Amino acid sequence: MKIHLSSVFVDDQDKALRFYTDVLGFVKKTEIPLGAHRWLTVVSPEDPDGTELVLEPDEHPAVKPYTEALVADGIPATAFAVDDVRAEFDRLRGLGVRFTQEPLEMGPVVTAVLDDTCGNLIQIVQHD
Amino acid sequence: MADDLFKALADPTRRLILDELAERDGQTLFEICTRLITKHGLGSTRQAISQHLAVLEAADLVRTRRQGRYKFHDLNTAPLELIVTRWLKPRTPEDTP
Repeated sequence: MKIHLSSVFVDDQDKALRFYTDVLGFVKKTEIPLGAHRWLTVVSPEDPDGTELVLEPDEHPAVKPYTEALVADGIPATAFAVDDVRAEFDRLRGLGVRFTQEPLEMGPVVTAVLDDTCGNLIQIVQHD
Repeated sequence: MADDLFKALADPTRRLILDELAERDGQTLFEICTRLITKHGLGSTRQAISQHLAVLEAADLVRTRRQGRYKFHDLNTAPLELIVTRWLKPRTPEDTP
């Protein structure tokens, strides 16, 4: 068994696709029209056949209170691995991305937490 | 007010929270919990840390601000001056040898 899909709830799929591709650097893998929304996934260009991230509409009434409560306490919805958290922090901040946690050493890892502008906080992690 | 202050400072976890905020202001609850676990090996629950922060906030040692959707915590050292001025009075010249 292995992880095939993981999802984040987003308030707007178009905006989410722009952020996850143009800013974070993922690439679109699947886009299937489904009524008002789409089955929309992105993957890492470093691992195009790896785990896909589903950009899932946040329309269910339970989603907004859940995501808002996580954001208010600074809790990330999910985490992505990077080679160098400080370099990514500088790059993304240069692109106007907001961070709720600056790079922080946590024993063997360095993390930072950013706002994906679509309703979630995302942690980036560097394993040394 | 002073009782709140001393009660807030009496707890070692709360003193660690102040140490971490002294290092960097503007931390979320998540970052504070992360620092306590990874830097100090403290296994307190998020709820416990949240309650410690409420005690620190009641003593005015921590102030919170909402910035859009986030909530950040800042250190406020002003109440500590009460402690300093209570016992550390300026010495008069004849006191000093």
